[in-house]
Formats: sequence, structure tokens, C-alpha cells
Amino acid sequence: MTPCSLRAQLTLWVSCVLVSLHPALLEAAPAEKAGKLVHVADTRNLSGFNLFVANLYNTDRLLFTIFAVGLTAILGLFLGWVMDVAVSAIGLDLEKRHSRE
Amino acid sequence: MFDFFTVILPISGVPVNILLLALLGVAVGVLGGFFGMGGAWMVTPALNIFGFPMPFAVGTDLCHMAGKSIISTRRHAKFGNVDMKLGLTMLAFDVVGIEIGARLVMLLEGHGLAGPVIRWVYVVFLALIGGLVFYDYFKKRTLERTGMASEGESAVRWHLTLHRINVPPIVTFDVAQVRCSMWLPALVGLLVGILAGFLGIGGGLIMMPALVYLIGAPTYVAVGTDLFTVMLSGFYGAFTYAMKGRVELLAVLFMLAGAAPGAQIGTIATKYIRGYGIRLMFGVTVICALVSVVLKQLDMGTSAAWLVMAAVTAMTMVVVYGMVRGAIQELRRPSEAADRP
Repeated sequence: MTPCSLRAQLTLWVSCVLVSLHPALLEAAPAEKAGKLVHVADTRNLSGFNLFVANLYNTDRLLFTIFAVGLTAILGLFLGWVMDVAVSAIGLDLEKRHSRE
Repeated sequence: MFDFFTVILPISGVPVNILLLALLGVAVGVLGGFFGMGGAWMVTPALNIFGFPMPFAVGTDLCHMAGKSIISTRRHAKFGNVDMKLGLTMLAFDVVGIEIGARLVMLLEGHGLAGPVIRWVYVVFLALIGGLVFYDYFKKRTLERTGMASEGESAVRWHLTLHRINVPPIVTFDVAQVRCSMWLPALVGLLVGILAGFLGIGGGLIMMPALVYLIGAPTYVAVGTDLFTVMLSGFYGAFTYAMKGRVELLAVLFMLAGAAPGAQIGTIATKYIRGYGIRLMFGVTVICALVSVVLKQLDMGTSAAWLVMAAVTAMTMVVVYGMVRGAIQELRRPSEAADRP
């Protein structure tokens, strides 16, 4: 790769970004359109956890977001810990490694 | 036979097989931990093929990826593969880019163009990344055959040119062993963020090669640092998509349950496989994803679904085989394996 062709590629990249950030493009979405994008979960045939999630989704979007992100983080941490314990029990060294390209 | 596992998801109302979701989670966990990415570039088309509307596929992807990346990042951090300073520098600009990308998706959705536009942009970037990885791999092989290859150096060295940018402040990233202008990782982070938010990926697909080819980080540090940023940006992406109402929580939980063991296997496999081996497999997987998205765009959804499943299954089996083989060798000769170069 020559420096010249690299410069040409970088110019293309920057041009693409500038075009995508053009104010006219960002302002092209009318506010009315965004209003029609609201989605409502159908709770008629739901029960238990599903009903709880759907009701939370329909009634309080911020609380639903906090619940979804928090539950994902907690479950990730918990499952990671469980997997660590399981793999360590096998006897693998999980503390060090030697890198090679 | 598998109808028992089919449920109607509570928010989007899409009927989906949860066994399929969990298996997808396992496979993407393995490949994500191995390649250092969230794996959303496989999950988004797969969920779309399963019947999720594209914005729901993107949001569900980001949320699942955030949880899974916690597992992989913890493991890579213990291996010493995470450069937090580099990751945080890129991340600060990455989140700005993600918000821009997400707004672009909502804009396109308003015009009914989100699905096709996102898929075609996918195609272009997968082609570019796959081509670059193969070019690098075969150039490295050629250099090795002629005895001109340097140990630990990439064959593609764009980063050496970019490191000549002298705009202060000049910073040193110790774990990655890189010294450059702070604005280089910042700009790379911004561009990765825009693409990540737009395509609904954590950024790992773009961040990993960007860290290797533009920043100059070793493959292992690129993988670990990448996962660190994917984890944090994934949470931000999950938050903003959940606020926009495009996260299917139940699907996230089933995929995460499958991804937990998968991520552990994939991360440990990097201990036993060479950096360029990782890059080659990464390239193969990217090309498979590219072909599947093209098929989908050509209304060959069934073929695309089979290709995604076949490619993901095959690559997962290769990584699992590498991990199991390495682990067996280590358990047989623990002291030798620990010191193996």
C-alpha cells in the first residue's frame, strides 16, 4: 500500500462521513414521522413474566430500559462467574497466556 | 417436532423458536469471544431471517451483546489482553458515533428504507473487511516464504503511516505497545461508532481490524480491548434502543443463556491458536456473512438462513476443536503448556 493510495482512501472515508453528517440529511426526518413509529405490545394473550415485561414496556419506557439493561448486566456477570467456576474446576490455567502472531 | 419451543415474543409479537435462539447464542458466544466482538453482525441478519423486523433485530442484538461481552471481557482481562486506556479513548468518541448511527436508522425507518439500506451497507463493509483480512494473511504468508516477515508484525502496516500524525497530545498505550497522537484512536472510534450504531453491531467487527491495521495493536490485545469497548458501547446501544422501544427482552435472555458457555469457550480458545489463525478464520466468517446478506437481499431468505447456520456451525466447531485440543494438551502437560511460546 503506497502512501498516496492510503491518502486517497482516507479522503474517501472523510468524505463519506462528512456527507452522512450533513445537516440537511440529519434534519430530513419530520417530527410527525417519528410519532408514528411508537410500538405498543399486545398483552391480550400474555401471562407471567411476559405480561410483566409487556406492561412495563407499554407504560414506562424508561423503567423498561433500566430493567432490560440491568437484568442483562446482572445475568452476564452471574453467568460469567458460573462459567469461571466450571472451567477452573476442570483444571485449566485461566490466569496467564503467551501471545504469538 | 420443535413446535414446543416456539413462543410468541411479548413485545414484537414475533413467533420464534427459543431453542434456535439459545443455539445461536452459543455459536455467537464462541465466535465472539474468539474474534473479540459481539457477534451482532451474524445475529442481526439471523434475527431478521427468523422474522424480527430489522430495528428490533438491531436493538435485541445490542442488548444481548452487552451481556455476553461482560463474560468475554472478564476472561480477556485476566489474560492481560485489555488496554483500558486505549479502549476508553476510543469509546469516548465511539458513543457519539453510535448515537449518530442510531438516529440515521430511525430516519430510514421513517421512510421505510431501514431494512434494505442497512443490508446493502453491510454488504459493502463486509466485503471491504474480508478482502483486507485475506490480503493481509496472504501477504504475510508470502513474506514468510521469502524470509522477509518480521516476528509479531502485520503484513499490512497502515498504522506506521498513521503514527506519523503529530497532532498533540501524543500518548503511549502500554498494553498495546503503541505511541501515537490521541486523535488517531479518537477519530477511529468515532467512525467505528457511526457504523456500529447504523448497522446495529457493537463495533467489534470494525473495531478489531481497525485496532490491528490502523492503530497497530497485536491481535490478542485488539481482541481483548475490542471486547472491552464492545461491552460498554453495547450497553449504551442497548439503552438507546430500549428507550426507542426496539429491544425484545425475552429473546435477549434466551440468547444470553446460550452465549455464556460459548463466550467462555471462545475466549479460552485464543490461548491455543496463533494470531494469524484468528485473522484467517475471521476473514472466512466475514465472507460467509457477506454472501448470506446478499442472498437475503435477493429474496433468497431460506438459502441465506442455511448459509448463516452452516457457516456459524462450522466455524464454531473449528474453534471448539481448537480449544478442546489445546486444553487436553495443557491438562496432559500443564507445566510445558503454560510455558509454550
